[in-house]
This record gives sequence, structure tokens and C-alpha cells, in this order.
Amino acid sequence: MSDFKHIIAKRKRQDFLFNIVGILCTLVGILTLGALLADLLMDGLVRINWTFLTSFPSRFAERAGILSSWVGTLLIMIVTASAAVPLGVAAGIYLEEYARRNWLTNLIEINIANLAGVPSIIYGLMALSLLVYQFRLGQSILTGGLTLAFLILPIVIVATREALRTIPQGIREAAYALGSTKWQVVRHHLLPYSLGGTMTGIIIALSRAIGETAPLITIGALTFIAFLPPPPIKSEAPFVSAEWLMSPFSVLPIQMFNWVSRPDQAFVVNAAGAGLVLIFVTLLLNGIAIMIRYRVRKRIKW
Amino acid sequence: MTIMKEEFARVQVSPQVGDASSTTGDVPVKCQVEDLSFYYGKLQALKNINMVFAANQVTAIIGPSGCGKSTLVRCFNRIHDLYPETRYEGKITLQPSGINLIGAETDPLEMRMRMSMVFQKPNAFPKSVFENVAFGLRLRNVTGTDLSERVEKALRSAALWDEVKDRLRASAYTLSGGQQQRLCIARALATEPEMLLFDEPTSALDPIATGKIESLIFELKKNVTVVIVTHNMQQAARISDSTAFMYLGKLVEVAPTKTMFENPSNKLTEEYITGHFG
Repeated sequence: MSDFKHIIAKRKRQDFLFNIVGILCTLVGILTLGALLADLLMDGLVRINWTFLTSFPSRFAERAGILSSWVGTLLIMIVTASAAVPLGVAAGIYLEEYARRNWLTNLIEINIANLAGVPSIIYGLMALSLLVYQFRLGQSILTGGLTLAFLILPIVIVATREALRTIPQGIREAAYALGSTKWQVVRHHLLPYSLGGTMTGIIIALSRAIGETAPLITIGALTFIAFLPPPPIKSEAPFVSAEWLMSPFSVLPIQMFNWVSRPDQAFVVNAAGAGLVLIFVTLLLNGIAIMIRYRVRKRIKW
Repeated sequence: MTIMKEEFARVQVSPQVGDASSTTGDVPVKCQVEDLSFYYGKLQALKNINMVFAANQVTAIIGPSGCGKSTLVRCFNRIHDLYPETRYEGKITLQPSGINLIGAETDPLEMRMRMSMVFQKPNAFPKSVFENVAFGLRLRNVTGTDLSERVEKALRSAALWDEVKDRLRASAYTLSGGQQQRLCIARALATEPEMLLFDEPTSALDPIATGKIESLIFELKKNVTVVIVTHNMQQAARISDSTAFMYLGKLVEVAPTKTMFENPSNKLTEEYITGHFG
């Protein structure tokens, strides 16, 4: 009996010990994030006002604003999402549901996993020679959006496949047994049931893309731009315009990078302000995605 | 025991091995299996099966685990075709159309539209009760009031209507396990299949839910030919008209259920039924 007590006491000590270690590890993460946010808030909050959001960059720190860069960030993310989500989800579905298992699909699989680890600047170089020079898309929003889309494509593909794998095989068999074609199984069952997991992957991927600087500088994003892209809606027919896609752009992280590298302390304060806005935009996009995911999951009850 | 005797009394003329004529006594044949072999890659899972399924009767397939009984029933809706390196040999002829179910010229999709299957684990879709039953009908372009009428009819046939009529829009996953399995039966019935295939439909259910499904299967044979794979011999004895015993991929014996359980002609069958192995 006393033997048991001894063993139990020892194991309980281990349990307690890991509890402490776990709390400490979690705190390191949370405190770092908290410190970062607090630092940004202390430095940048003074600059956050309507003029800062609605002004173009300027030589004078107190007049400089982030209008062109937050609009650029938003438009780039729209292009990135509209390219990466359909491509990545379709590729994921193909690899998981359609492709036969053989050496070729195995090779593709390994390469997609590797692509996720390629440094982002390499994507920038690839986009520079392929999109800018070969396809002559220019140093435009389209080029920037597609570059980031390539960058996050592997993440979306892997997330889609993982989400599809969580669907029990019995569900597929039930749908096929009723006479569905492969596409009908995908369209009516696999896609809706896996959407929650796929959305999580897309959120992570877009959060990564929004902070990228290197590949966009490589393709020639501007650090100083004092005009907005042409609006997507026109007053005369056909009322929509894709001209904005070909417009030059800047994004928030590039604007920040530009400002921090200036000697004038007032610009560093501007950078902190832009950083706050970047974090806010990221949280906003994540919030929208999480809301969509929540609504989707509510309709599908396992 | 008295229940079993009553049910035995209802057993009619049933098929015999190798009876290739188009009728068995006064009961028409629904399906003939001739020299059926099936392979998973190099592994032969079915070895030269020959048997006849009588129309509007319940045929039970029994045998120890791994004997090929599920593999056999899964040939009927070509679900094996979903997996690579599977191969059929022989013929499964469906009457009265005379179509060879596993022929190279036969589209597996067509066979799945003409057959229905209820699986071992309840596999309702994570959709509403209504949508679960409606899905097969939607694939067949049924819409509007016709759709809701046929969904209701299927739910009634599966003895589930009274339990779910007030929550057709609720998720199927709010139903109990037994209700979910009856929902799967309703889903299978809604498309008015030529044959209804059950692959151990009650192995995940408690005795009460099992009893409900057994009496349901007994009712269903008025309208459809039923094949049921079961590892429960009492279940085969209770609900089937004829029983087939399989062992190691071979069909050992097929006979009217009463004969099978009271006076089996094969030593192996007798040993399995009396619980000496399996």
C-alpha cells in the first residue's frame, strides 16, 4: 500500500511540474505578443486619426498618411484570395479524390510540401521573370496578388486535403451508392462538409500573405505612391472596370519598411501607426473568415 | 421460439444451388450469380459463386468474418469500382432485364441507380432529415411536391415518419443510432430500387433498434428483393426466406432458411450453425 502511495505521489509531482512548465511556455508566447502590441500602441496610437488613414504619403512626417498602402493591401488580398482559393481547393480535391495513387502523385505531393517551405523572396524572383517580363503584367496589383497567391497555394492545397481526409469513407460510399457521379459527391457532400477545415487553412494562408514584403519589393512594388488605382465601378456602360488590376501599388508592410528606414523619428511613429492598421486589417479579414466558417459549421452538424 | 416457427411457416419455395431456370417453383428469379469470382489485387476474395436470388424474398448471407459475404453483396452495386485494383469475373444477371451487372459494358453508375445499399455503420449525411432522404431523388431529377411526397412515403416505409415528421429540418445527427439507420433505409427505399442490399445493418445497434429494423425488413420484401449480410445467425433465421452460408470465399450451401437451420446438408454448415467455429 505505502508503495502505491509513493508511486502515486511521484507521478502527481510530474503532473504538477508539467503544469507549471506548460503555463510558462504559454506565457512566453502571450507576453511577447502583448509586448509587441503595447509597444505599437504606445508609439503609434497618437498617429491613428482620420487624416492618417485618408492621406497619401508625404515628405513631411506629420502630413504623411497610409491611404494608398491600405487600399493596396486590401486590393492585393482580394486578388490573392480570388486566385489562390479556387486553384488551391480544386488542386486539393483533385489530388485527394480523383488522382490515382502512383509514383507521379507521390512526387507531386512531396513537391507541394516542399513548396510550402520555399522562402518567399524566391517566389518574388519567379514572379518577376514570369509575370512581369514574360507575361508583361507589369508591376501591378495583378502581379502582386498572383505572386502572393503562388506563395500560399501549397498551404491551401494541404489544408483542403487534410479537411477532405477527415470525412468518413462511409459518407462517400453512401453518396456513391445512391448513384452520384464523382463530381456530385464532391459538390454536394465533400466540399460542404470539409469547408470548415478548408476555411481555417485559407485564413492562416491569407494572414501569412498580408504581412509579406520581400516578394512584392522584388516584383517592384512602389514605396511612395500618391494616387489610388482607378475605381472598379464606372458611371458609363459597362459600369465595371478591371483597370485597377494593372495599377501600380504599395502595401502596408512596404510603407512601414520605408518609414522605419528613415532617420527622422517622426516617421518611425508613422510606421508604428501603419503597423497598428495592418494588425487591425488582418484581424478584420480573419474575423470575416471565422464568421463565414462559423455559419457554415452551424449548418453542418456531425 | 414460437416467433421463429411462425416466421418459418411463412417461408415459401426458395431457390436451390445451380437452378438456372428462370423460375424457382412459383417464385420468379430476381438475380442469378454465375461463376462469380472477385479479386482485391492478387487476393481472390470470392471463388466461383453460383446462386439465385428469388424476387420479393429475403436472402440472408451468413458466415464467419472474412468469408467474403460483404464482398459479395458489394458486387451488386459495383461499389468495389471505387477502389483501384479490383476485378470481377463471371456473371450477375438481373431479371427481367437480363442485364449483366458486372459486365464491362455495364455502367456502374446505372447499377447504383437501380440498387440501394444500407451499410454496417449508419452513415447519414450531415444534412437535415429531409435532405438525407431527398438526395437520391434529387439525383434522379425529382422536384417539388413530388419530392416531398416521395420523401414522406419513404420515411413511412422505414417506420420513421411518426418520429421525425416534426423535425424534418433538423440535422440527421440529432437522431439516435437506430433512427439514423432507419433514415438510411428510408434513403435507400426512396429511389425505389430493384434490390435492397443490407450489409450487416444492425451490428452497431441495440436489441430494440435491431428488432425494429428486422420487422421492417420483413415488411419490405412485399415490394423489393432483399439481400442481407449478417453475422447473427438468429437474425438470419428470424427474417430470411433462404440462407446462404459462405466460408473462405466459397459458397458452401444455400437452402431455404428452415432447411438450413434444422437440417443442413453440409457438415461445415452444421458446425458453423451449432457454434463449433466462427
